[in-house]
Amino acid sequence: MNNLILVNIIRFVSLLLIQVLILNHVNLFGFINPMIYIIWVFLFPLRKNKTLFLILSFLLGLSVDFFSDSGGINAAATLFIAYYRLPILKAILNKSDIDYLLFNLRGISFGKAFTFILTLTFIHHFIIYSLEYFSFSSVSTILSNTFSTGIFTIIISILGIVLFSKKK
Amino acid sequence: MQQLIYFIRKFRYFLLFILLEIFAFYFTIQHHSYHKSKFVNSANFVSGGLYNKVNSINEYFYLKTENQLLNEENALLKNLLEKKKIEDFKNNFSSVIDTSEYAQKYEYTIAKVINNNYTKRNNSLTLNKGSKNGLTQDLGVINSKGIIGVIKNVSSNYATVLSILNNNSKINVRLKNSNHFGTLVWNGENYNVLQITDIPRQTNLKKGDTIITGGKSSIFPEGINVGVIKDFTIENNQFQKINILLFNDMSAISQVQIVKNLQKEEQQKLEQKTLNE
Repeated sequence: MNNLILVNIIRFVSLLLIQVLILNHVNLFGFINPMIYIIWVFLFPLRKNKTLFLILSFLLGLSVDFFSDSGGINAAATLFIAYYRLPILKAILNKSDIDYLLFNLRGISFGKAFTFILTLTFIHHFIIYSLEYFSFSSVSTILSNTFSTGIFTIIISILGIVLFSKKK
Repeated sequence: MQQLIYFIRKFRYFLLFILLEIFAFYFTIQHHSYHKSKFVNSANFVSGGLYNKVNSINEYFYLKTENQLLNEENALLKNLLEKKKIEDFKNNFSSVIDTSEYAQKYEYTIAKVINNNYTKRNNSLTLNKGSKNGLTQDLGVINSKGIIGVIKNVSSNYATVLSILNNNSKINVRLKNSNHFGTLVWNGENYNVLQITDIPRQTNLKKGDTIITGGKSSIFPEGINVGVIKDFTIENNQFQKINILLFNDMSAISQVQIVKNLQKEEQQKLEQKTLNE
């Protein structure tokens, strides 16, 4: 039990540091900076206290905001996907009740896990870019940024999850 | 009462979600408005300190270019000094120099950029100096090649800068060869290309004209380099889109200077007085 808390704290801090010190300065093709800190939201255990999960997700987003001078856009987007994580997972798995205790992202089929990550990433990126541009006239820029950055976030997230989590 | 408690218990996660989202949106809206000091910024102890640590390693990779820039600026200043000597020599025969008439208008401080972003819509920089070194809000930031931005938030050891690559940045500029003024803005596309709006239509523009800061604002001194005109379109006798190619490479900035206008208060007081009359 303590082990789980420790793992999540380490994951929180290391993802935050990787995001603000490395990935915010990647500038792939001139403008793509993958946002991989949301892996923390994908991997947080389902059975844990939901209040704590929402507050921590908000704090994770806000920490990224502090480092990148972006107001509260990361906080808003991360909190949003944290709140809608469970309904989306239920819809993808086609079940009304999930075995909360034993649930593990590596335990479900790759296709379903991929759909889960893809949906949450695109929702998250769309909120981020909408709030950053903050105008209806730049819808095309928002969509193209969401799409291009989203692809790289998904690739890196999946690689990271496959490499650094244990298969059960 | 019972009903209310039941309601709150039933929707407690949703209420928490809404509450936190309101906080996040409040920070975002505050971020989008210019004249507000902000709670969420990187000029705090933790993020500023961390960026400072990382930058102390990174700066070694840019030593060569920085030395080059420094050397170029030294040569420029030495040339100016030599020209000044000639002028002094000419003037010495006819006039008396009265030093009591001179007053220093601008004061420059140096600082180092410890965090820089330029790919987002609203970009900002973090500097390694703060209110301890005399920095305050609304001071101009430049380097040897041109303007960089305006200081936005200050903590005791760090400061954040509103980059010219920002939706909220509006800087008064003019043509070097005429006195027509315009406003420097950025459309968010290419970090080397900025735009000028509000330029009067009788202006005679040419491709390659140099743009400098106009002396209208109390932040920047007049005549600091900005860039050259890249291209422009004319519709209905109005300039529609004037693109400026920056002298500065906004993606590689390390050493900067901060301009403090010592007569700013006097100027603003006078302008305020005139407005009120």
